[in-house]
Amino acid sequence: MRAILKPILLIVLFAAAAAAGPAGAVTIQEVVSPKGVRAWLVEDRSVPLVSMRFAFKGGSTQDPESKEGLATLMSSMFDEGAGALSSEAFQMAVDEAGAEMGFSAGPDAIHGGIRTLAETREKSFDLLRLAVNEPRFDAEPFERIRGQILAGLAAQANDPEAQAQRRWDEALWGDHPYARPEIGTEASLARISPADLQSFHAGQLARSNLIVGVVGAIDAETLKGELDRIFGDLPEKPELRPVGPAEPQLGQELRVAYDLPQATLRLAYPGVSRDDPDFFAAHLMVEILGGDGMASRLFTEVREKRGLSYGVGASLSTREHGDVLQIGTATSADKAGETLALIKDVVRRMAEEGPTAEELDAVKRFVTGAFAINNLGSSSGVAATLVDLQMQELGRDYMERRAAIIDAVTLEDVKRVARELLTAQPTVMVVGPETKAGP
Amino acid sequence: MPLSKLMPLLLAVLAWSWSLSAAARAQEVENFVLDNGMEVVVIPDRRAPVVTHMVWYKAGSADEPVGQSGIAHFLEHLLFKGTRNHAAGEFGAAVSAIGGNENAFTTADQTAYHQTVSPDALETVMRFEADRMRNLVLTDEVIAPERDVILEERRSRIENSPDALLAEEVQATLFQHHPYRIPVIGWMHEMKELDLKDAQSFYDSFYAPNNAVLVVAGDVDAQAVRALARRTYGAIPRGPDLPPRDRPEEPEQNTARSVSLSDPRVGVPSFSRNWVVPSYTTAESGEAEALDLLSEVLGGGLQSRIHRELVVKQGIAASAGAYFEGTTLDDTSFSVYGAPRGKATLEQVEKAVDAEIRKIQRDGVTSEELERAKTRFVRAMIFARDSASGLANIYGSTLTTGGTVADVAAWPDRIRAVTPEQVRAVAQKYLDPERSVSAYLLPPDAEDPSEAQAAPQAAVPEPPMPTPAAPVDGPADMPAVNEGQ
Repeated sequence: MRAILKPILLIVLFAAAAAAGPAGAVTIQEVVSPKGVRAWLVEDRSVPLVSMRFAFKGGSTQDPESKEGLATLMSSMFDEGAGALSSEAFQMAVDEAGAEMGFSAGPDAIHGGIRTLAETREKSFDLLRLAVNEPRFDAEPFERIRGQILAGLAAQANDPEAQAQRRWDEALWGDHPYARPEIGTEASLARISPADLQSFHAGQLARSNLIVGVVGAIDAETLKGELDRIFGDLPEKPELRPVGPAEPQLGQELRVAYDLPQATLRLAYPGVSRDDPDFFAAHLMVEILGGDGMASRLFTEVREKRGLSYGVGASLSTREHGDVLQIGTATSADKAGETLALIKDVVRRMAEEGPTAEELDAVKRFVTGAFAINNLGSSSGVAATLVDLQMQELGRDYMERRAAIIDAVTLEDVKRVARELLTAQPTVMVVGPETKAGP
Repeated sequence: MPLSKLMPLLLAVLAWSWSLSAAARAQEVENFVLDNGMEVVVIPDRRAPVVTHMVWYKAGSADEPVGQSGIAHFLEHLLFKGTRNHAAGEFGAAVSAIGGNENAFTTADQTAYHQTVSPDALETVMRFEADRMRNLVLTDEVIAPERDVILEERRSRIENSPDALLAEEVQATLFQHHPYRIPVIGWMHEMKELDLKDAQSFYDSFYAPNNAVLVVAGDVDAQAVRALARRTYGAIPRGPDLPPRDRPEEPEQNTARSVSLSDPRVGVPSFSRNWVVPSYTTAESGEAEALDLLSEVLGGGLQSRIHRELVVKQGIAASAGAYFEGTTLDDTSFSVYGAPRGKATLEQVEKAVDAEIRKIQRDGVTSEELERAKTRFVRAMIFARDSASGLANIYGSTLTTGGTVADVAAWPDRIRAVTPEQVRAVAQKYLDPERSVSAYLLPPDAEDPSEAQAAPQAAVPEPPMPTPAAPVDGPADMPAVNEGQ
């Protein structure tokens, strides 16, 4: 039966891979408003909704020294009062408009989004315009939100995983802003005032660092007007402080002793940037090593064969200023040494031999088809994808080109990249009880 | 009440007049039953070339034999091993070869297996899923390492987290007799003893077409899915009739109980208070809808009374709210929770939450706030239509807990019919502090409120509270790999 099935499967899958690549259902229009605000639009009237996602490049790496947490705090306050509306009045108006609105700060951008019923779009966008242009940063919500963030910090103070993550970020990124705590510290939050939020807002939200993706029941002409209404009065250029390149600090061995039933392991190797010609070679290699789409080498060795862990994986993190390849797992405290040695052995074999041709073929099919399946499942998902594609400067035709780029990666490319990345001495961190078998 | 065989019920769902009329275009859902008793729901959504395929079994941890806690979830892991026709990993390889993803989860009431793939691969997925419904091959070699995996999963999810440890104790205390008292993942000492015989027996008892629901949502044609379902699942013989799912009923509860956990990992204390209440399946007419709206008005978000009073006005809570999980086969739980901020104490937060409950019990809710809560619920159903996989979950969980496709369709109308008096009535009837379970998660040196106070107050830590239905995810739980796009 197995032998019979295989050829059939191959035919079916070949056809599927061909169909899934271009994600044909999605047509992206570029819209430019009279005031020059640019957006990508996927018009779709099958559900009576409009989803908009946007990003202002900058993010928490723009936090001034000693005022860490400013971008996060500001993002938490866009829906806490704007224009003539107090916090309570604003939130009630959003609710009445039938909208959901949210903001957050990432390391490289401040993100926002709104999802509204199409029939209440104008009212919802009015409120978004207020939030973006005229946030009030009133004293009461300011103290409340800051208090909530401080309570979150207090809750993490004794949590070994949260503390380990802080230590990991600091060890990995050294004196780069990526090493700083995004939500701030007790001391840095105490130094921030509503006036800081006002000036940070004035400097960070502008038209030239804005990226917008829209999906739903709205046409291009209508969107042009809405873009000007929401974003057209922002200053043309932001005042961004320069952020240098971030190099992960490798070759460190860190041990966080804590009496837990499980030990967690983290390993960091050099990464590859999104615009590097070798990006897909690295991406495919990491998928084979420890991706979530298939029985990866780490999954097979650590979990399937030996039952050492519930989850093990590898991932490539690509940020605006720096990249890193990370591996992580959790295992019984008494098996930490065995598991770490096993992971290092799997990595060493990948570095020395690379993947097989069969592994590469399989992972190419997975990565090709996964784009549509992971990104196009809902209008909010599509809108977020439109923002990401623009952030990475991949071009409006990227979805059509992507399959060919992946297909062009050779086994030699992947072997070379595996050797380059995985022969480096990793930074390793073990969090858990003291045992004889450390790193 | 079995639906008539192969008689499609084309349902024009969601005929909401009301203020959202324009938004509520009818959604067509096809629902039929195969000759072997397997129910099928098809939800076409042609926007993107993606389809979600789910098979739900009416078998969860609350259906386990006594002493074999965790066997439902363990078997879920074992379904990813080989069958008489396919080696272990072949199914997964077929899914990933087209970029699809797959997983499974187990709750107290159901076990579900799901894949998201391109439409061309739907038939392949259905063939594999149908194959493992009856053809699983279990051996001791397969069982041993996978049992180690679920033990590690328990350490990751429960032992490593004081929140989860306490939530487990809350369930065990709240349900005195019903199996919802037992954790879905199982108790460690019983999980260690689970063997091939236990797994095979659970599989043979529950994995059959007449105990399963197929949900297909996405870029498909309903007639094509019907033909595929007949060819794949339809070829499996009907299994023996299953006995009714009569679990032991809770005795009358007459005490206030409390549990507390002090742990060095806890930085900020928190509490929860919990009650046994009816679910959508067990409630008298309208009570579950009223409990849903009560949880929304009392503690369902930024507009709720608890948030506005404790977090905003008094400024004593970092977080606080209420939670009701209505989609369970048997009686479920209703919870309130909170954690202090700044100089406020846990006791202050607890008393303030109690005061909000008493206000509703005494004065009821206003028709304005109730209308707003209803609008949010109905709007959420429209937003839910934006995600095919989200819709598949709504239908699958409803159909495996005694509900029907018609119930999903009628839900907005039933929500709209709830009166302020009904909300007050369920608050009075069910939220009695004298039969609640209070829970305290405390830093190591804190005074234990359960000893300091005569009348218990309840609670669990952070919002999504573990309830009987909290799913335990399946095998593949690894860090997502972000391609950066």
